Formats: sequence, C-alpha cells, structure tokens
Amino acid sequence: MTTTNAISVSGLTKSYGDQAVLRGVDLTVTQGSILALLGSNGAGKTTIVKILATLLKADSGAVQVAGYDLTESPAKVRERISLTGQFAAVDEILTGRENLVLIARLRHIKSSGLVADELLERFSLTDAAARRVATYSGGMRRRLDIAMSLIGDPPVIFLDEPTTGLDPQARIEVWQTVKALAGQGTSVLLTTQYLEEAEQLADRIAILHQGRIIVSGTLAELKAMLPPARVEYVEKQPTLEDVFFAVVGADRSGETR
Amino acid sequence: MSTQLVGDTAALTGRSLRHVTRSVDTIITTVIMPIAFLLLFVYVFGGAIQTGSESYVDYLLPGILLITVATGVSYTALRLFVDMSSGVFERFQSMPIARPAVLWAHVLTSLAANLVALVVVVLVAVLIGFRSAAGIGAWLAVAGILVLFTLGLTWIAVFAGLSASSAEGAGAFAYPLIFLPFISSAFVPTNTMPGAVRAFAEHQPVTPIVNTIRDLFAGQPVGSDIWVALAWCLAILLVAYALAMTKYHRKIA
Repeated sequence: MTTTNAISVSGLTKSYGDQAVLRGVDLTVTQGSILALLGSNGAGKTTIVKILATLLKADSGAVQVAGYDLTESPAKVRERISLTGQFAAVDEILTGRENLVLIARLRHIKSSGLVADELLERFSLTDAAARRVATYSGGMRRRLDIAMSLIGDPPVIFLDEPTTGLDPQARIEVWQTVKALAGQGTSVLLTTQYLEEAEQLADRIAILHQGRIIVSGTLAELKAMLPPARVEYVEKQPTLEDVFFAVVGADRSGETR
Repeated sequence: MSTQLVGDTAALTGRSLRHVTRSVDTIITTVIMPIAFLLLFVYVFGGAIQTGSESYVDYLLPGILLITVATGVSYTALRLFVDMSSGVFERFQSMPIARPAVLWAHVLTSLAANLVALVVVVLVAVLIGFRSAAGIGAWLAVAGILVLFTLGLTWIAVFAGLSASSAEGAGAFAYPLIFLPFISSAFVPTNTMPGAVRAFAEHQPVTPIVNTIRDLFAGQPVGSDIWVALAWCLAILLVAYALAMTKYHRKIA
C-alpha cells in the first residue's frame, strides 16, 4: 500500500474522560514536506503527535503513516518514524556519544559507533562527545535529541515543539537543521506555538483549534484569507531580537553548515 | 522476536547499569542502612536478646540481607519513574524495539545491583564475626532464594515506579518492605511475642525465608520452612509481575 502522502489522518478523535481533546482531525503531510501544526497550549498538538507515534490509541479515525495503517501495523510504522518530544528525551547520565550508540543499537544498526561519530560531527558535538549530557546547554541537548531522531534515516519525523525553551541562537540552529532535513526528502510534522517558526519552516500550515483543524494551506493561501494588504508608512524600529543579534554579533542570515 | 528481545534488553541493560555505576552514591545508600542495622543490633541491642544461638550476628544476618534487598529496589522504582517523566521512555516506545525490553533492562539491573550490595553486606558481617558452616550447595541455595526474593521485590518496584506520580512516591513503597522483617523472626525469636503479633510474625513471608537461610548458613538440615519460603517467593514474584505488566500495558497504547 503506497500513497504520496507521508501522513494522512482523517476523522481522528480522542477524549480523556468527558473532555474531548480531538473532535475529528483531518490532515495530510506530503512526502518530503514540512507541515507546521499551530495551536495554543492545550489545543491537542501533543495528543496528535503521541497518537501518530503509536504512544497513544485514538478513539476513532483512520491514520496512515509512511504507507502503513497505524492500528493494523504499528510495528511497521515504528520502523519508519522518529519522535523528538517536547522536552529533550536524552539520557543525562550517559555521554552524548553513548546516547547515539544506544539508539543505533536499538535500531539494530551494525556500525553503531560509526553512525554516532558521523552525527556528532554533523551536529558540531564532536568536542562534547565524551561529556555527560547533564553538562550540555539547552541548545546542545536539542541538537543531540534531533541527531538521535535521525539515526536509521526514518522517512517521517515528528518534532513536538522543537524550539520551546531555546535561546534565539539555538532556535536558528534547529531551524537550519530542519530545513536541511526536508531538503533531503524527509517528511516532517512540526508542532509549534511560535507563528514565526511556522512561517520560517513550513511548506504548509495547519491551525488546530478546539480539537479541529480550522484552517490549512500554504502561507500565501492563509494570507489570502485575510483582508487585502494596505500600504501604510511606519517607522521600522529594530526588534529586541535584532538588537540581541547586533550586540552578540551572531550570524542570523540562516546559511547552513 | 525473541532474539530481538534479548538484543534490545542487552542494549538497555548496558544503559541502566551505567546509571548505577555512575551514581556510586546509590550503591552506598543502599548498603549503609542494612549495615547500620547490623552494627546497631549486634553491638547495642544484641547483648540483651536471647536467641538461643551462640553468636547474634549469625542469627541476625539473614534478616539484614532481606532489608538490603528492600532498600535496593527502591532505586529501581525511582529510575523507572525518571525514565517515564523525562520522555526517555516515550522515545524507546516509539522505536521498533521489543517493548518489554524496557522493563526487563530495569529488572536485570536491579538484580545485578542488589547482588553486589548483598555481597558487600555479607563481607561486613564476616568482618564483625559472622561465620558459616555452609558448604557450596547451601550457599548456592541461599543465593537462589535471595535471587527469587530480589526478583519478586523488583517487580513490586516496577509496579510502584509505573504507578507513582512523584519521585518521592516512587521510592516510598519500600518502607513497609524494610519494616516487615522487624515483625518476624529476623531480630528476635517469635515465641516471646504476644499472641496476635506472634501469629502475624509466623505467617508472613519474612519468617520462613529468614529461618531457611539461617539453617542453610548454620549447615543444619532445613525443615518444611524451605517450601513455605519458596512458595512465598514465587507467589510474590508472580503476583507482582502480573500487576506490573497489567499496569504497563495500560500505560502504553
């Protein structure tokens, strides 16, 4: 069973007791694209990700991930997905390299050491490889977390609020990584509450509100729904972010490594 | 599937053993309480306790070994709880692994850590005068009973770790287990206790287990106590395993 959709969800519902969290969610992610799922806290973004990652059972609805039905063959789905959770799920007591080797072994990759070293290099963590993760900064942890998700080249990746709690510099590093991923054909479902993040990264944007997707489309399509643009003359003040980068002298042009 | 379970369990056990060896404080706190009880009872209370045996440390050690296991397993519950609350558990469950491997790794780690703690406590007992007439067979029998007991208590710890809503709660289940040997034949003979207490002491799991290990250490023939002890150990193991697995399957989709 093959489709051109990496993820297709229709009529997904989930309740916790009396409280309906998802009331019929429909969404699709085409292969090699990034879908940003936008929503406020408690909108049900994480619930959707948990269901798609086989961690939670839906009450009803049809879900296909990477060509497999979620309820019929969850094991096949698990071979083709990777989850980066809201709070970096890295082992603090192990070193960065040990974390990567462990995941490679659990994905049954023979040359686990080689894979680990390659990823350390790619994510600029080689110098910190032998240090315990407990000593890492927030940005380093998240880079390691994403590196762990890439082991075994899963075609579908879930990123649940990947930049929550990161400083601006680290956020831009994560953005560059995600863009590079989609460039290589990986399909990404990204949840975020930062509108700017969705604008920066996503091919398509879906807005989740009160358990349903109320709007979805490209950024241009979403903008077309608004009243037409008017021309106004406004003095452009630097944002605090502009000031921050001017002062610390970091490069925010977005060029990849 | 089964070879995958073995491979995944090995990888994950390697991980949690590193957790133990890199937090040496957990090993020290595991052995320090039983050793403190050992010294306290041998050098403070022991002189006033009439057990009928020549050396109180010989009488006391089996109960202290059970307390060692009860303290040790609380760290298993804690480690499991930390895995679940940190998201590491979810990462493993979303991967193509044999899912029970996540629990078995914690169980095997608990067994290894507790065996090390037991050896340390026995060595301390030897330093303060513990002597045994047991042969190889009797020592192996003691080891077998302690392994069964540790596995049973470990699965209770797994259940506690899966059910807990806080780190403190995850460790607190061990207190009654640590306390249970006090109302048994571990410290004093049961025949001095008043009726109801004595009835409880003689019909709870610790008494037959302690009596059996004590007989084995003394090189004495064991009575029917060994069958009662084994039945208790197996019953605890099976019930705790069933409860933990039920809880586990309810946790995961």
